[in-house]
This record gives sequence, C-alpha cells and structure tokens, in this order.
Amino acid sequence: MRVLLMGNPNVGKSALFSRITGTKAVVSNYAGTTVGFTKGSMKLGAEEVEVIDVPGTYTLEPTSKAEEVAAEMLLEGDVVINVVDATNLERNLYLSLELLEKGIPMIVALNLWDDTKHRGINIDAAKLESLLGVPVVPTVAVSGQGIKELVEHIPEARPVKLAPRSKDERWAAVGGIVIEAQTLSHRHHTWLERLQDASLKPRTGIPIAILALAAAFFAVRGVGEGFINYIADPLFHRLWEPVMMRLSDALGGSGFWHDVLVGRLIDGALDFEQSMGVLTTGLYIEFGIVLPYILVFYLALGLMEDIGYLPRLAVLLDSVMHRLGMHGYAIIPSMLGMGCAVPALMATRILESKRERFIAATLICIAIPCAASQAMIFGLVGAEGWQYVLIVFVVLFLVWLAMGFILNRSVKGFSPELLIEIPPYRLPSLRSVSTKLWIRVWGFLKEALPIIMGAIFVVSILYYLGVFDAIAGFAAPLVSGIFGLPREAVVAIIVGFMRKDIAIGMLAPLGLTAGQLVVGSVVLTMFFPCIAAFVMFAKELGFKKLMAALGIMIVATIIVGGLLNLVL
Amino acid sequence: MSDKKKISICELRQGQSGKVIEILGGHGIAERLNSMGIRPGKDINKVSAAFMKGPVTVCVDRCQIAIGWGMAQKVMVEVS
Repeated sequence: MRVLLMGNPNVGKSALFSRITGTKAVVSNYAGTTVGFTKGSMKLGAEEVEVIDVPGTYTLEPTSKAEEVAAEMLLEGDVVINVVDATNLERNLYLSLELLEKGIPMIVALNLWDDTKHRGINIDAAKLESLLGVPVVPTVAVSGQGIKELVEHIPEARPVKLAPRSKDERWAAVGGIVIEAQTLSHRHHTWLERLQDASLKPRTGIPIAILALAAAFFAVRGVGEGFINYIADPLFHRLWEPVMMRLSDALGGSGFWHDVLVGRLIDGALDFEQSMGVLTTGLYIEFGIVLPYILVFYLALGLMEDIGYLPRLAVLLDSVMHRLGMHGYAIIPSMLGMGCAVPALMATRILESKRERFIAATLICIAIPCAASQAMIFGLVGAEGWQYVLIVFVVLFLVWLAMGFILNRSVKGFSPELLIEIPPYRLPSLRSVSTKLWIRVWGFLKEALPIIMGAIFVVSILYYLGVFDAIAGFAAPLVSGIFGLPREAVVAIIVGFMRKDIAIGMLAPLGLTAGQLVVGSVVLTMFFPCIAAFVMFAKELGFKKLMAALGIMIVATIIVGGLLNLVL
Repeated sequence: MSDKKKISICELRQGQSGKVIEILGGHGIAERLNSMGIRPGKDINKVSAAFMKGPVTVCVDRCQIAIGWGMAQKVMVEVS
C-alpha cells in the first residue's frame, strides 16, 4: 500500500511525514521546501506501508514543475492523507474537493490546529467530517499532537464519489462547508504580526533585510572562525599532528605512499594547509576549515527559513530580480546556492518557466560560491587582509548582476510574475532546526568526503607520473597569459572540477600575491561547477542547457579573470 | 448602477480594502489567482506595495499573498 501526503504548499506535510515515518525530512516555513518527493515507510497494523511526501500544490491543474510532480504522484497512490492548514480552511478545501472528485480513498489531517485558537478561528472538526464524508483529525505536526490518532484512522480512509464539478461549483461547495464548520472571532495583532508587516513594507523592510543579512553574515564568519581557532585547530595540531608525524616516519619520510597519505613535508615539518596529503590537508580542509563554516551557515539559513523570512525577502527583491530575468522567489534557490549548488539546483523547480530556471541555475553555478568555497576564500584570501575577501565577494556579486542582466536580454521567452503566499512568522522549533542542520551537514560529509579523498589521491598520482607538467605547459598561455597566475595553478583549476574547496586550497603552496589570490579565487569559483553540481544541472535542466551554461561560463570566466588581472 | 469606482489593486492605497470584481487577462492568470483564493466576490485588503513596481501584497481570508505588479494590475476591485 502506498500513502500520499498531499496538500497546499507550506501546511506542514514534511513535518507530518517525519512524524509518522520517523524519516528525517527538511521542513521550513515557506511554500516549495519539498520539490521532489521523499519516501518513507511506517507500520500500519502488521503491514509495512510506503509513505510519500508530495510537493505542495494549490490545485491538481499544475502551474510549476513541483506541482506537476504532485499531480503525477496522485496516479500512483492508494490512500491520500490530505494535509489541510486549519488557519486557512477555505483555500485548502478546494484541493480537498478536487482530490475527492478523483475518487481516491482519503483522510484529512487538520494541521496547525494549535494556531487556530489565538487567531480567533473555531473549527468544528466533527461537522467538517460529516460534510466531507471522510475522517478529519486535528493535528499539530511540529509537536506531535494528534499524530497517533491520525495513523489509527488511516484504515478508515475511504473514497467519496463526488461528481466532477466546474471551478465555480467547487468554490461554491467550499464556501458552504466553511460557513457550516467554521466560526471566526476578532482578535488583536500580536507583536509577531507587527514585525511581519514591518519586514514586508519597503520603508521598514529594506533596513530589516540589510540588518538580517548582515547579522547572518557576521554570525557565520565570527562563529565559524572561533570554532576553527579554538576547537578545530588545537585538535589538529595537538592530537592529529603527532600521529601524522609518526606515520611519516614509518613511511620513511618520502615516496609515493608518503606523498599520497601525509603529503610533502615543508622544512621537515607538516603543514596542514600545504602538505596536500589525503590524511593531512584533505582532512584539515574538510573538518578544520569547511565543516565549522557549513555548520554555522546552515544554522543561520535554517533559522531564516523556519521563521518564514525568505518569502519576504523575495517580495522586497522582486523588482530587482525581474531585471535579471527571474522573479523574487529565485532568491530562495540562490541563497541555498550559498550553501551548496546541488540542493539549490533542485530548488529551482519552484520557478515556473524553463527560461527562469535556466537563468537562475546558470547564475548559481557561475557566480555564487558554495559554503565550502567561501570558507576557503575566508581562510586563504582573508589571511592577506579583509579588503581582498571583500573584493572577491563584490566581484562575484557584480558578475551575478551583470550576467543576469545580459541573460535577461538574450534568452528568449518572458519571465512570469511573482505569485506567492507570505507565510506568517513562526517561532522556529528546536526539533525542526536541528533535524534540518543534521540532514544538511551529514549530506555534506557523505558526499564531499569520498570526492575529496579521491581528488587528492588522483592529483598525487598525476603529480607522480609527471602528467601535470604536460598540461601546465599546454594551458600556460591561458593561465599565465590571461589570468596572470603561475602555470602550476592549472592543477587547481582541474581539481576545481571535482571539489572547489580543495582547489582553492591548492593555491596556498604557490606563494601567490594578494592580487593573484583574488584572481585565483574568482576564477576557481566561476570556472566549471564541481562534479556534483555538474551532474545535478544535467539531470534537472538537460544536457543541452548544461552545454549552453558551460559555454557562457567559459567566456565569462576568461573575461572576468582577465580584467581582474589587468586591474589588480 | 453602482457609483463605486473599479480600480486595480495597484491603485489601492496601503491599508485600503476592496472587493474583487474581475480578473482581467488570460485564463492562466485567473486560474492561478483563483487557486490561491483570489477570485471575484472576495474581500481583500492591501498590505503593502514594494518599490519600483514590485509586488503588491494583499490579505485574503487572513492569508497574505504577494502578486507581481503586472499581474496585480489585472486584479480589479471595488473600493469598500
């Protein structure tokens, strides 16, 4: 048996899903968090049933890729748990009636039940049950209230044969149900609601946006740095270094395996930033520099997501984004891209048109550095002075603006208008924030570690075989002539295809000037997405689009890198 | 005949309320607005408008919806 969780966007389907299946799912406070479908399972009596968390949709006539997924999934389900936002009954019931008309066995979870009371909404669940003809169970997915009852009632899910109606008839029917089952009373505005409106209106909203983003930025930088200085560095230097030195002695201080595992010793000592061994620099970059940064970045992002801030940012930035060929909601995948391009590319599914998706995805791959790259830029370029880090970020931001502007003018088609629901602010739940952080950080470790180890291993072998000398000679005109980098930097560019963080780290032993480091960081960020992003781009947008994006990327990188080299 | 003026929600002042009379333009737009609860007969209140022809945010059934400027121009209301 297959159970589908279906409902409007942002009603808590994913929260409910992780409650009933025990499977961890990313939960946020905005429409379109779930763009693919997540599968899990649960015990129903003696039977093991499959549960699917379907992306939210307002209607079964889809208007975006995510909604298309929802409509397609319906054909493969046996039972639907229709998750309904109790604070917005009327609009939610429209989909409920559409589902009932399909004749699929259904049960209703009246979610966000705890929110109804202080909003002055009173729903008679028993009445609603008799009007709809299917079981209705009030739930609070975030706290777990009503989940047991919901699961117990699943076997009672039954189809109601409703004759297909026209839209007007359906709305009229919804209106009738709402009048009978719901009563509203007046209540006062809460402070959360005042803040809600203030962050939406331009005059107060723009200062709030600047404040919120600046706070997030400095928190990430400050906490990340503190973590590195006081926890990661001491651990590596006091505990790991002696172990590695002993390994170095055991391997005889040089040779192939020594260079692969420990790396090269610099003046007889280990340098975690420059030795380039799998167990030294490889581990240090991931756990010592990137992991702390990723932890704090995703915590800050998770809080903003769960409070419900991102859709307001989308509204404030909409008119700017339109000039870049996207609408405001594209800010959500773009911000996810500051974590990792892979989920960001998936999240472009919330955008309606193919053109908009292409522009957003291309810009994510070229101009938005992922958290791992950012951590390395902070570490490496920051050592030369903060003004250089600023230059890197300003240049990338200008590239993002300029390329969006150009793509908007040159890619055929039009940008659809923004049409989004602005969720109420909610206080983030500890459970949701910590689960999401765990999913993302674990995802990073699981996917990044093998590639990093592999990348350093492959590089060591190629060095050993002397292949890089040939490539460096071949690429010298581009790397030295245009970017003004030493020819050895070509190794970093090639490694960038596998992992950006290691690639930027490979600039460290080259003894570059501050200006060269800036050029190197910008070029490595822009040039070729890492292998994971590459595969995801092809999967989401197709091979042809990927080739087009790569063409744009090569041209843009050469122009920007060349210009920077001239200026710096 | 009603002497009340028919205007788009772009022209509505911040905080002003109105009743949706019709949604101009294509079937697709009306459809999408419809599915989000904005349809003729609904009472709406304008929460805010963003600068430079940014989206208009309205409140319908206690739920806030942001509508891009171009689309908002097609939502006609009668001021109440």
